[in-house]
Amino acid sequence: MTVSLVLADGTSFKGESFGYNQPVSGELVFNTAMAGYPEILTEPASRGQLIVMTYPVIGNYGIQPMSADENGLPTNAESEHAQARALIVSDKSDFYSHWNAAESLEEWMKREKVVGIEGVDTRELTKHIRNHGSMTAKILFDGKQKPAEYAYTNMLPEVSVKEPVTYNEGGAKTVVLVDCGVKAGVVRCLINEDLKVVRVPWNYNYSKIKMDGLVISDGPGNPSYCSEVVTALQKFMAKNDTPILGIGMGCLLLGLAGGMDTYKLKFGHHTQNQPVQLVGTDRCYITTQNHNYAIREDSVVGQWKVYLKNLNDGSVEGIYNTRKPWVGVMFHSESDQVSTDAEFIYDDFVSKL
Amino acid sequence: MALKKYKKVLLLGSGALKIGEAGEFDYSGSQALKALKEEGIETILINPNIATVQTSEGVADRVYFYPVTPFFVEKVIAKERPDAILLAFGGQTALNCGVALEQSGVLAKYKVKVLGTQVKAIMDTEDRDLFIKRLDEIGVQTIKSHAVETMDDARAAARELGYPVIIRSAYALGGLGSGFCDNEEELNKLAEKSFSFSPQILVEKSLKGWKEIEFECVNDKSGNSIIVCSMENFDPLGIHTGESIVVAPTQTLTHHEVQKLEELTIRIARHVGIVGECNIQFAFDPQSEDYRVIEVNARLSRSSALASKATGYPLAFVACKLGLGYNLYELKNSITKDTTDFFEPSVDYVVCKIPRWDLSKFHGVDREIGSSMKSVGEVMSIGRSFEEVIQKGIRMIGQGMHGFVENKSIKFADLDKALKEPTDKRLFAISQAFSEGYSIDRIYELTKIDKWFLNRLKGIVDLSKQLHKVKGIDALGEDLLRKAKKMGFSDFQIARAIGEEKKLGTQAGLLAVRNKRKSLGIVPYVKQIDTLGGEYQAKENYLYMTYNGCAHDIPFFDDKKSIIVIGSGAYRIGSSVEFDWCGVQALNTVRKEGYRNIVINCNPETVSTDYDVTDRLFFDELTFERVMDIIELENPYGVIVSTGGQIPNNLAMKLDAMNVPILGTSAKDIDNAEDREKFSAMLDRIGVDQPEWSELTSMKEIGKFIDKVGFPVLVRPSYVLSGAAMNVCSNQEELERFLQLAAEVSKEHPVVVSRFIENAKEVEMDAVAKDGEIIAYAISEHIEFAGVHSGDATIQFPPQKLYVETVKRIKRISRQIAKELHISGPFNIQYLARENDIKVIECNLRASRSFPFVSKVLKINLIEIATKIMLGIPVEAPEKSLFDIDYVGIKASQFSFNRLQKADPVLGVDMASTGEVGCLGDDQRYAILESMLSVGYRIPKKNILLSTGTAKQKASMLDAAKMLSSNGFNIYATGGTSKYLEENGVPNTRVYWPSEEGQQPQALDMLHNKQIDMVVNIPKDLTQHELTNGYKIRRAAIDLNIPLITNARLASSFINAFCTVNIDDIPIKSWDSFK
Repeated sequence: MTVSLVLADGTSFKGESFGYNQPVSGELVFNTAMAGYPEILTEPASRGQLIVMTYPVIGNYGIQPMSADENGLPTNAESEHAQARALIVSDKSDFYSHWNAAESLEEWMKREKVVGIEGVDTRELTKHIRNHGSMTAKILFDGKQKPAEYAYTNMLPEVSVKEPVTYNEGGAKTVVLVDCGVKAGVVRCLINEDLKVVRVPWNYNYSKIKMDGLVISDGPGNPSYCSEVVTALQKFMAKNDTPILGIGMGCLLLGLAGGMDTYKLKFGHHTQNQPVQLVGTDRCYITTQNHNYAIREDSVVGQWKVYLKNLNDGSVEGIYNTRKPWVGVMFHSESDQVSTDAEFIYDDFVSKL
Repeated sequence: MALKKYKKVLLLGSGALKIGEAGEFDYSGSQALKALKEEGIETILINPNIATVQTSEGVADRVYFYPVTPFFVEKVIAKERPDAILLAFGGQTALNCGVALEQSGVLAKYKVKVLGTQVKAIMDTEDRDLFIKRLDEIGVQTIKSHAVETMDDARAAARELGYPVIIRSAYALGGLGSGFCDNEEELNKLAEKSFSFSPQILVEKSLKGWKEIEFECVNDKSGNSIIVCSMENFDPLGIHTGESIVVAPTQTLTHHEVQKLEELTIRIARHVGIVGECNIQFAFDPQSEDYRVIEVNARLSRSSALASKATGYPLAFVACKLGLGYNLYELKNSITKDTTDFFEPSVDYVVCKIPRWDLSKFHGVDREIGSSMKSVGEVMSIGRSFEEVIQKGIRMIGQGMHGFVENKSIKFADLDKALKEPTDKRLFAISQAFSEGYSIDRIYELTKIDKWFLNRLKGIVDLSKQLHKVKGIDALGEDLLRKAKKMGFSDFQIARAIGEEKKLGTQAGLLAVRNKRKSLGIVPYVKQIDTLGGEYQAKENYLYMTYNGCAHDIPFFDDKKSIIVIGSGAYRIGSSVEFDWCGVQALNTVRKEGYRNIVINCNPETVSTDYDVTDRLFFDELTFERVMDIIELENPYGVIVSTGGQIPNNLAMKLDAMNVPILGTSAKDIDNAEDREKFSAMLDRIGVDQPEWSELTSMKEIGKFIDKVGFPVLVRPSYVLSGAAMNVCSNQEELERFLQLAAEVSKEHPVVVSRFIENAKEVEMDAVAKDGEIIAYAISEHIEFAGVHSGDATIQFPPQKLYVETVKRIKRISRQIAKELHISGPFNIQYLARENDIKVIECNLRASRSFPFVSKVLKINLIEIATKIMLGIPVEAPEKSLFDIDYVGIKASQFSFNRLQKADPVLGVDMASTGEVGCLGDDQRYAILESMLSVGYRIPKKNILLSTGTAKQKASMLDAAKMLSSNGFNIYATGGTSKYLEENGVPNTRVYWPSEEGQQPQALDMLHNKQIDMVVNIPKDLTQHELTNGYKIRRAAIDLNIPLITNARLASSFINAFCTVNIDDIPIKSWDSFK
């Protein structure tokens, strides 16, 4: 079935629908990862997004079984369910081939209610987003009602746990993880550091929990909609010297709590190849990112310093406090146990606990 | 940051192109030299490969055309005293040479610092034992392998591991001497051969059927690492990566799996101590996440050239800068110009590399592909679906196939065998299997090619079936046509499928499809390669075309200021780096003259496809269809078809018919030279002689013709390059057998038979003319008599032994021909000369293989002059001519018979060499020695085996034999030769042919026992007998790595040179100091 993708500025692209058949609206972003569609679609930071994959052939290895590991964390995915609303590709593989595949991408998308379009010139679409900035868009089906306009809201209630969950009960130290839409991979990294992780809802009052450190997680949306988290954090920071680590959205929230400003990037960072440099050193890291906002560099003042910078666009990729053990970084770990350079962030954090 | 300043850096090239080490090192070396130049560092290059771009003027500050061996490199170091050396840009040749120089203390003695990855790290990756030990230290799994140094240990290791096993030689390029053994008998054979290349061989458990995955990794001195490209072999492990179709990025691995291997790659690169670039190959279990590291290449490689072209990341350039001490983040991305080089490219297209084999050129060669490389070149296709790239790639290979389907010529009788035991034709076995209804599962069982690829291929066959149901162009629906184009079908494939080819013929059929699709707006779109998946704007126009798109990335200027140069395509026997040199010279000249230069080419090993050589690089097909697509968009001032060898030349007529402005000699005149009938009539008209010939229409007619001229005769089709399917037939039986093969080659052009003239000299005229007037020329002389293909012959320039009258006549005839064909641009004429009797044997109105050689010896860039003429810019005839040169250049050929199991290493009218070198000397003997040593010959120590053919050849070798004897060499000779030498007073020891069983000593035994240092084996005639005595001796020499010469005149020249010149006395002179 031919469907249209209509952008907020009126531009439209045609393609064939696959997956779930229903008109939908959302924020249109492109992702330049060449593999990893299951992770990208299930990552809470993708909430509400219509994702354009710039790599043209998607679905080759199907979907690996998504169940729960011994900690109750989802396997082969960043959360239990799809978070993105739509997937836009050039060429979708109907046939998949992988020893550990459970089903095809399309079958999974149908069940998870993710709308798909194939046959789109995703490069042309990506260039449009690059030139005009990320914007909302709708997917329209002939003869079906138009979807409601996409509204930017605070998405944390949708992606956060409802009740506190504790992982790795016997861990050496305890951290509280404020779940703003945390990736399973981040939780795993913390567990791998032998931490007891108390994952709490985004609006939970964690100030009374006995802890060695506080982690503000990654997550979707605009940080300025999350003033509740920022206020709670400011209160906590005023009373405690507890080490804090902010990741992705968590970094932005930490920045806001520290008095900095955030702004929307033209088309965000949604790739697995963002180069960042540890300021003042020769050390650089390739990082995975999925967010639309950044901290304004000229607002990093006083006790705060820029920790890492993006080598491509110069944006702030990390901040730290010169007096307190508080650090925020805009990238996050991958879902698996494969260690990458960027994990030094966790090691550093743990060493401060 | 403070960089250590280097003043003078020496770069080692890779020498002649050979199987396993080809044009990719011209590209990487050129990039490194460019990087050094940018830093203001003086550059010295040693590379005898005179046809390369890197040895052109203006690339390195000084070029030495000498063998890349420790002996000569030390001499250059002593002379130039560089403060640093680069070893990673000249393939295994440079690496091995560098390791030897380090070990012998030469580098320390002259205080030459190795830039980038250090020799110790190189040795850690090259020596299997060390390699495994180093990887064990970081818990990385390698293939369980036993390094052995004796046959007994090899057998014991294999028994312990269990068959099948794989054998590899340490320190050998491209899997030389490697292979699989299913049992002890096979092991005995292969191990012996491998030991001849290397003192140590490895016996490993075979992991046949696993996937092969490669990564290119870059590491700087601060430990910053990036993965530039992931690649997946379409063919399973067991087929050498150089023999495999390779796709980038990986298609069938999950993100987790890719990450896992990437992490291993970086861990390894850091642990070994890579500063620069390295390539790591993994075996990957298709049923779990189990892996083994196959090998680590601590240098630029074929794969890194491919990765550079696949991603737009200039690996060699960056690696060189890192060697100088830069950090990655300090370098700028050369495509976007404002992002950093510290990033991992993201591609938004699919890339497919397909190897090109020329196995049909070799008699008796084993066609199976496996763990040893046999391919001579490769192409890379870019598109936005796998179907599109595989079909494009198959066409790019240029062997008459139209894609995955709609090919006529191939039919496998035993299909299961063709699938199970892969040959160079395996793709077409898969195609046939799908058409015959094989399931994906069954093909997978037979081939072990991942089902994902197979499913995509099946889709192409299914669509072809749909097309076959359509009866004619009018019945062809828009949707189906569009779908076919998206799946990479060419207009011709569609025309054939719907019956239009049959109805209208090839060209009219495809034009009917073309017109229809254009009227429906079904056209390909131009996309840029930007390294970042569209995230940042590309400033370079590195382009490809796809039907899976809806808009162009670039604007087109209708200003008639663009010139398109059509490239030479895949390297193959007969068309290789020399045409890339020609193309690059033409492109440079076009740019210098103020035009936008545009190239179309599809060969990732080339410099012409380096995006900063051109304003627009179309990395795409060289088919009529695609070239027209580009011309229609670019609307250029003109198109140059005369610098890319035969491929563009063959397009001339078709483009002309579409009113494309072809620069230089007109298409009609090109055809007048290409069409034998027309050409011959012209020669008759202007009174120029040629060997008698006749066009083949029936066997009866040929019989009559041969009655007149007698055997031997030369048989060939009219459009030829490198003597494809050309052969000399000495008798009726050979003639009949050969014609059955040749008739398949070309249906559009008739086969001709001509008288073959023996004992004649062959002379080449390379020239440039303007409006029929010769402006500049070079006459060169073959050392061998006619009968050895000009691409295989040893050529001297200026000629050393031609009569003045011969030269005069050749000039006169060339002038007549240039005038008659109104030549404007480059051309080449080949002559036969016996006494002063001159005959024309071939004429090409395009640059020839020898253009770079004569241009560089003469120091007059013939292509630059030709290009100016084609652009209509006034040129003056150069003042200097070949008669002013006081030195001589020798072009010698490089053969790769050692890679081509079972092939008879004998030379004939069909070209067999894979590369060439050109060396200069004030004395002809210097140049002979330098060039022969450059192509792998060694000066024999003591013992020489002679069997010198017919009585005439024996006589012509007599002086050389006497010289050997008086210089203290021991001559061993087979029966007839021994007797002849005896009669002429040359002491020798008789040895026996394999057929002379029971007699001692046996020639073969002596070879096997390493008692012979050089073999001269002259076949009795020019026919190729398999499994004769001569074949066995020749083949054994090749397999045991003993220098072999099969031509009496070349042998005499070489023997004369090493008997009268001490290699130590050869002066070491850079190119510019030959005046």
